Amino acid sequence: MKKISILYSKKVMKYFSHPRNMGTMKNPSGRGRVGNPVCGDLMELQIKIEKKNGKEYITNAKFQTFGCGAAIATSSILTEMIISKEISEALKVSNKAIIKALGGLPLNKKHCSVLAKEALIRAIEDYKSRF
Amino acid sequence: MQALRGGFKKNCQKGGRMKEAYLDYAATAPVKKEVLAAMLPYLQDKFGNPSSIHSWGQEARAAVDRSRRQVADFLNCNQSEIIFTSGGTEADNLAIIGIMRSFGASFALGHPSHPSPSLRSGHRRFAQDTPLASKFIPHIITSQIEHHAVLRTCQYLEKEKLATVTYLEPNAEGIIEIEKVRKAIKESTVLVSIMYINNEVGTIQPIREIGKILEKENHKRSAASGQRIYFHTDAVQAAGYQKMDVKYLHVDLLTLSGHKIGAPKGIGALFMKEKTPLGKIIFGGEQEMNFRSGTENVPGIVALGKAVQVLRNKKLEIRVKRAKMLSDYFIKRVLKEIPEVALNGSIELRSPNNANFYFRYIEGESILLNLDLAGIAASSGSACTSLSLEPSHVLMAIYGEPERAHGSVRFTLGEKTTTKEIDYTIRNLKLIVQKLRKISPLTKKEK
Repeated sequence: MKKISILYSKKVMKYFSHPRNMGTMKNPSGRGRVGNPVCGDLMELQIKIEKKNGKEYITNAKFQTFGCGAAIATSSILTEMIISKEISEALKVSNKAIIKALGGLPLNKKHCSVLAKEALIRAIEDYKSRF
Repeated sequence: MQALRGGFKKNCQKGGRMKEAYLDYAATAPVKKEVLAAMLPYLQDKFGNPSSIHSWGQEARAAVDRSRRQVADFLNCNQSEIIFTSGGTEADNLAIIGIMRSFGASFALGHPSHPSPSLRSGHRRFAQDTPLASKFIPHIITSQIEHHAVLRTCQYLEKEKLATVTYLEPNAEGIIEIEKVRKAIKESTVLVSIMYINNEVGTIQPIREIGKILEKENHKRSAASGQRIYFHTDAVQAAGYQKMDVKYLHVDLLTLSGHKIGAPKGIGALFMKEKTPLGKIIFGGEQEMNFRSGTENVPGIVALGKAVQVLRNKKLEIRVKRAKMLSDYFIKRVLKEIPEVALNGSIELRSPNNANFYFRYIEGESILLNLDLAGIAASSGSACTSLSLEPSHVLMAIYGEPERAHGSVRFTLGEKTTTKEIDYTIRNLKLIVQKLRKISPLTKKEK
């Protein structure tokens, strides 16, 4: 049977109530803005990238989100999942991994995890286009 | 503050979850004590089937009759004009589809060259089934802000080509203007269905005025021996706060629901003015004067009767005054104390128990979740809270801005709502809006 409840897991509620890495930073290396307030979701991800031994690491990440509980929680947990990762490693974080880390998402909210992943891809593209 | 904290603890222990302020009475309300007491015997001791001939049955029949009288008194009509249904949705369906069915049939009947509507698998034929009626498609006038029980029913009839439908646009205040109704009337119009109180924004629609216009139109038509227009109103949100006299309102059909007024879920009623030609939508044992088959929900019917009797025992003006005082206080404070907030719907023509706000830059579901964490119940027009992920059709019809629908929250007050609950809600609302605006990338930076 399909689970269509909008009830969230404890983990989602935790990240929703006390979102980590919320806000903006000075001079981010890359920005990714996805979604649209018309659709009810808008995420903005900012990342700081530093080079160490020729490799590019995400040293900081901040987010701002207009949207539902799932949108806020997915963008927050994503920042945690990518900080201190090398770019190529960060890009391997799938939307499914985000859902898993949150202890699951209701079916009709899975698109939020896709949106979060897209924000990351855009932020890294933005960085690459500038440096 | 001390008292409040005490309240916290008590409420936490009770339900395992904090319950501070229930402000979602338009969604549903608790069963009233006296209503529960009235219905309980009919679940066990007096469990008879009203159709049975024996004493058990007679006892149940007497209860159903009594309840029908109570509802008829509440609406100022005859007992024979009340049909009990499973709730508001069924009553709306019965009113709309019922008129269409009988209309199709009577149209065919009225024509000498055409035989009476035949029965096919115990089913009265729809207008389209008969070659004659297929030339004529009846027209319905309704509005874009109706409840889905009316909207989806009309859309179904439209899709099946059983009717053409005009969906009237509300004005900027969320009101259906009577002029628009007048202009939408066509020769083929047979039904107008406009809700009494909008369930989302609480706007009061000019039912009496529309009823009078239609009456005039019907006079003209009867002189020309034309088809009458029937007037239906979904009054589910109006009971308890508006005049419910069907003669005063000039309506032919009126929908009532139990669970908004202190009866349980699963019971409602349709007022159907005498001689209104109504086809049925449920077939079977011919209960409810053959308009609605199925063994009567006796405990529910008893509860509905009691619930309207309780409403009648208290003066409408007193209830309205109390609710209005509270909602006015709530609305004034929210608009004054929270920046970038707007009220949805008319400030004047509004149900005294409704306050619907648009909080700019933030989204409804996240507001609701935070409110719930603080023990406050409300609801939202945001797409994220609906299973279909569609924003509120009511807010879209009035404002046309998805952002507004996404960022709106409805609070509906009940008879037991206190100033303390409102104060608690405002205090939390301020913090929640502030917090979510910090998270939102849309917020103007105010530093």
